[in-house]
Amino acid sequence: MTKTALQLPAYARSLGIALDHFEEGVPVLAVDFGPNVEGRPGAFHGGATAGLLENAGYAALRHRLISVGRHPQLKPINITVQYLSAGKQKRAFALARITRLGRRIANVTVEAWQDRRERPIATAVMNILMADPEPSAPEPSEGTA
Amino acid sequence: MSSQEPSPAPTPLPPFNPAEAGKFFFRHGHTGWLGLRYHDHGENWVELELPWREDLLGEPDRAVLASGPIVSLMDMASGMAIWQTRTVFVPIATLDLRVDYQRPARARAPVFGRVECYRTTRSAAFVRGIAHDGDRDDPVAHVAGVFMTIASDPRSKSRTQAE
Repeated sequence: MTKTALQLPAYARSLGIALDHFEEGVPVLAVDFGPNVEGRPGAFHGGATAGLLENAGYAALRHRLISVGRHPQLKPINITVQYLSAGKQKRAFALARITRLGRRIANVTVEAWQDRRERPIATAVMNILMADPEPSAPEPSEGTA
Repeated sequence: MSSQEPSPAPTPLPPFNPAEAGKFFFRHGHTGWLGLRYHDHGENWVELELPWREDLLGEPDRAVLASGPIVSLMDMASGMAIWQTRTVFVPIATLDLRVDYQRPARARAPVFGRVECYRTTRSAAFVRGIAHDGDRDDPVAHVAGVFMTIASDPRSKSRTQAE
């Protein structure tokens, strides 16, 4: 990671997921409705919703880790997504809460919503492994610290 | 999603054909953007292919496919496995989907999502499957999910029920 505190992965940028704002120091990500995320006509695809949730989870965790000077490699262990209502033709937001930050494992819960925060369209629980960067891995050429 | 009892009137729809349906599904929308392709199917399972793409990486410094596209792949394969099992297309919604990641997918390799529908009830369908990158005995991920039949408007005509 570079000095840019929040660098979304290629997948997120390609799908149209972007940082919307910070809320009490936690990044809120958002994606507009469009062909890239459409499943059933007029509704978000479950996979796109999961992508938004997952990226919000990683972003929150990465942001927290940077703030405490940790730079581990993040590896997904698992994700469970609950779909609560159909994502409509509107911008969708997602915000994560780090339920527990351990030495090796982070447990993160994420909520996605559209119009009303208190009516989430989907939630997720993720377990993420925080591994020491592999010494054999080549240094990233892009972005100097 | 709320579930409701199915309405009775069966509508004659053509039998679901995963290969043909794929041509339509993967032309547009999220799955079209991902570039999903039909790969194979059996009586109660469907296997789709997610081709390798550089812009689906999950990390800035490693050639590792993001986990998000795998969820999309498995979600879509799940839906198609359900229609294949029910033999007919019915509107469904994902209720719960769990993905356990076993290892990163190999760089520059396509990922295959193979999902079976092992149980259907009137309103629910249960699926399980794997994502692999060539060797089904060494999966990239395991998935389990529950899908619900989308309740139709009681005033409109309904769809065929498998049971």
